[in-house]
Amino acid sequence: MPSQTREQDQDMADASPTDHTQQDGPEPVEAPSPAGSPGSEAYETEKPRIRVLPGAEDTAASFEFEKEDHTLGNALRYIIMKNPSVEFCGYSIPHPSEERMNLRIQTYDNVSVYDVLEKGLDDLMDLCDVVMEKFTVARDDFNAAKAGTS
Amino acid sequence: MPGFNANQPVNVVPPSAEELERRRMVGINAETVTAVTSTDFPHHYPYEDHSWNLSKFADNLKIQFHTNAQHDASFSLIGVDASIANAFRRILIAEIPTLAIETAYVFNNTSVIQDEVLAARLGLVPLKGSKAGLNWLRWYKKPTEDEPEASVPSDYNTVVLGLDVECTWHEKGKERAKRGETDPKRLYVNSSVYAHQLEFQPTGQQVQYFKDEPIVPVNPDILLAKMRPGQEIKIEMHCVKGLGGDHAKFSPVATASYRLLPTINITSPIVGADARKFARCFPKGVIGLEPVTAEEASTANSGYEGHEGEVKAVVKDPMKDTVSRECLRHEEFKNKVKLGRVRDHFIFRIESTGQWDSDELFLESVKVLKLKCQRMRRGLDEIMR
Repeated sequence: MPSQTREQDQDMADASPTDHTQQDGPEPVEAPSPAGSPGSEAYETEKPRIRVLPGAEDTAASFEFEKEDHTLGNALRYIIMKNPSVEFCGYSIPHPSEERMNLRIQTYDNVSVYDVLEKGLDDLMDLCDVVMEKFTVARDDFNAAKAGTS
Repeated sequence: MPGFNANQPVNVVPPSAEELERRRMVGINAETVTAVTSTDFPHHYPYEDHSWNLSKFADNLKIQFHTNAQHDASFSLIGVDASIANAFRRILIAEIPTLAIETAYVFNNTSVIQDEVLAARLGLVPLKGSKAGLNWLRWYKKPTEDEPEASVPSDYNTVVLGLDVECTWHEKGKERAKRGETDPKRLYVNSSVYAHQLEFQPTGQQVQYFKDEPIVPVNPDILLAKMRPGQEIKIEMHCVKGLGGDHAKFSPVATASYRLLPTINITSPIVGADARKFARCFPKGVIGLEPVTAEEASTANSGYEGHEGEVKAVVKDPMKDTVSRECLRHEEFKNKVKLGRVRDHFIFRIESTGQWDSDELFLESVKVLKLKCQRMRRGLDEIMR
């Protein structure tokens, strides 16, 4: 499968869903591997591409996502707005020639924005799983039905 | 957390089926659109729960396939928000890696097409090959100002293609020319250079990976250059993996798009000549003509009284509609028809360039979105620590 997001310097194995467990744990730091072998780029330390912008409070904060755009911005905005504890959520791309996306979250009743963002990301991942599952079933059924008729 | 059920009055009734259906519609008028923004968010409707609910989403989500060919897949994705559908579409176009020619080393080019033009042209040739091999291939990291360290071209990150052609006279070419023959195909050899003349030069493990399905152009008949006797092109090309966001040649799709399912609602009967005219306002197959039955004609206030045996317009297949709004331009259909689109019914169309299958690509786009979330999740954990 041809999976890989923007981070070009990452290992391709990151793409395979079976490898996620390996990625979820603490990042192996710069494991030296024989130069020139396929795995030599694999264990490069991944810099966090997210940061909290100044002026953040517990219930109102802006996050800056590096190398992200409308693709994640709008999807994340939608899923976070689905959370009833959220008073406001919006995203913006401050400048078109900078690969940065800002996401603002404000919450009700002392709910932590970090928890809300975390839940948003988790919900979006769950959504992806459901779409993948349903898509595979629908496609296989369609292919089977077609093979049956012709 | 403000409970949406807290202090809920006892007499609150849940929204009716019609109301829910109405919320799914985007209205289309002759010059304007209405109800364009989705309202399925918490706190929008009092005492209604619109918070994220995975099982509700799973029950609601429907996927219906229309066609599924390698280079052209079409399906309906029903029950997702535009922001999600758009994320998939954007990823399909710009964020799924493919292999394409990145560097062209021109050893000789005496043809009339300039080196840089030919190189740009070569880059856009879609390639295919063993999927296992393509998956095994890794990124080739180019040096940048910040990170001058680059990958070394190796079997696992670079695929080499060669092109070595020379145009000569056909053995009977000069004879034919004397007789007045002008067709270059009959006069010369290699007067046109085609994509199938690109020659895969496997190295190292590539020999094994691409044994049965070598790296070749998806379409062998793409014209690359034209030459005349005495001219020659000799180029070595390095193919690497890249993303559509960087250059269109890396995009795995010719196009990936969606449209919302159109709806046509005939609110009061359209019969006879009007019905025929109404049908002509739409593409073929959208509106059907059916005879008015005796039962309908005898029903008072149905609008069909006295029209028994005449034809009436019925909606047959709104999916085929292009929403040209032609029917809204005619006086006789005024207040008889309501056009719209279904807010959460996305008719996707994915046309792969051939390196991957179209349906595979959609699954891939979903995976990429999940991956983005995962990466951000890790980043968030990092800064929270």
